[in-house]
Amino acid sequence: MSVAPEVHQLSIGPLTAAAFSPDRSQLATCANNNDVLIYNKTQDGWDLSATLSEHDKLITAISWAPRTNRIVTCSQDRNAYVWTREPSGEWKPALVLLRINRAATCVKWSPNEDKFAVGSGARTIAVCSFDEENNWWVSKHLKKPLRSTVLSIDWHPNNVLIAAGSADAKARVFSAFIKGIDAKPQPSAWGEKLPFNTVCGEFNSPNGGWVHDVAFSPSGDALAFASHDASITVVYPAGPGEPPAAIQTIRSISLPYVSLSFLTETSLVAAGHDCQPVLFQGGADGWVMTKSLDDPNATKSLTPQATGAARAEGSVGRLNTVAFNRFKQADTRGQSSSSSSGGSGGGLSGAPGQTATGELKTVHQNTITHVDAYEWKNDGAVGKIFTIGKDGRLAVWNV
Amino acid sequence: MIPIASSSRVYTSAQSNTLRPYLNAVRSTLTAALTLENFSSQVVERHNYPEVEAGNSQETLLQPLLISRNESERVLIEPSINSIRLSICIKQADEIERILCKKFTRFMTMRAEGFVILRRKAIPGYDISFLITNFHSETMLKHKLVDFIIQFMEDVDKEISEMKLSLNARARIVAESYLVTVSQVFHNPSNHTSSVVRKTDLEHER
Repeated sequence: MSVAPEVHQLSIGPLTAAAFSPDRSQLATCANNNDVLIYNKTQDGWDLSATLSEHDKLITAISWAPRTNRIVTCSQDRNAYVWTREPSGEWKPALVLLRINRAATCVKWSPNEDKFAVGSGARTIAVCSFDEENNWWVSKHLKKPLRSTVLSIDWHPNNVLIAAGSADAKARVFSAFIKGIDAKPQPSAWGEKLPFNTVCGEFNSPNGGWVHDVAFSPSGDALAFASHDASITVVYPAGPGEPPAAIQTIRSISLPYVSLSFLTETSLVAAGHDCQPVLFQGGADGWVMTKSLDDPNATKSLTPQATGAARAEGSVGRLNTVAFNRFKQADTRGQSSSSSSGGSGGGLSGAPGQTATGELKTVHQNTITHVDAYEWKNDGAVGKIFTIGKDGRLAVWNV
Repeated sequence: MIPIASSSRVYTSAQSNTLRPYLNAVRSTLTAALTLENFSSQVVERHNYPEVEAGNSQETLLQPLLISRNESERVLIEPSINSIRLSICIKQADEIERILCKKFTRFMTMRAEGFVILRRKAIPGYDISFLITNFHSETMLKHKLVDFIIQFMEDVDKEISEMKLSLNARARIVAESYLVTVSQVFHNPSNHTSSVVRKTDLEHER
């Protein structure tokens, strides 16, 4: 439980997206530009093995299919590419006819890996499937009733339903049934007859914040979404045409969560602007925040301060005054010992506390952009998760 | 500007002469508002610009928030999905402070590139504006950005009152030396004018 996370600094700037290969030996990520970087795991970190450059604007999302070993990437240049690995080890792109005219914001493979969905700023979700005849990916659009940019999508385990969170402060569940690819789905709590573009549910965020992330529970019988009003809502549907059996809202006192992921049916982890992953537990009768995986107030052996300042104090010289040392620290190390920085808050109340060097006490130094499952236990529950952040760090956490 | 101000909530401190609660309110509002993400325009293809400046998709803008310490000192924070705009109205009690403030902010805004987050033009009704986008919050530590703004707000008042003091002191010295020489001229009308000038110069050098 209390094992320290594994942290890798992959870039100086933000990591906008990341996905692991099925065996977790490779990582596809994007360092805030238009190239996808493929890293190979080595004993002491990650080695760059390939660069996939086809996009010409920022890559917003990457999804790696666990069984078919294909990568799909989407970008603000309105395109998506499916990358397949050749026997020679090269990655070959295949064009996707998205037919959208604004940025693509999110992408995810369906559980059966025969479809994927791309959310976009054109108020549409493109559901893409492979066209054997022309050897490319074609898309069908989910348009109504989306009113704004789609910020996140997630697939239901039955390969048909799709959840989308958008900037119009709503989370919706659609049917993305494509004839010829999908078998008729089993009736679930979300609906029985599911032709394409059936809206199975529409849920408002509690205080009208943008819905940053949506996730179905492992069984698909619950939907959680994180919104910008710093709340997480979990919805339990009752059946087609009926109001939901339960809507549980967790309002937090911290900054908004940007990403969330279910661990089991009764627990989920969320992370975002307060730079620490937080564990929630509960069920249809209520959810509570259990703990932070990276509590800045917990006692931990901080790495000793850099020794430069201590040596300066011991040295002989005229300029060895308190004032001189303070200026020197401010100049060379960016440290300010003035009491004006009142950011002494800590824990989960807004910004995490700072150390004397001006760094945050959390592992991530800036917003966490994505959290997802890394490793599963034998009973199917998630054992490890990974997070990436705007500080360029990748961290793997035990839960 | 008026509809924005009227629609936003106004926090007025009961003790208008306490700086601390005012700065704390600004700090916590700014921390909450600086939750930005990369957001591509949904109006113009392949564009990515600060939504708070473009203002053409309503749902990406949040309620602007006005924090005022008294009628002359206030901060307007306008958040949006990928940028925030923070405008400061600096205290100007009299004509001298008004002139000093204008010169000071002009000096700053002319060097806006050097300050990175400074907006080239203050929004109407305010003296200086900052525009922080998601690109700034990606390259700079967020809590340091907040610290910088708070430090700036603390220092700008100090700076202007110091400038005012030194201006007054200088004016006093000038007036004094002028009057001394004038009175000397009146008492010894035989004195030559050139010596008067030299005396004034000496006073200035001091």
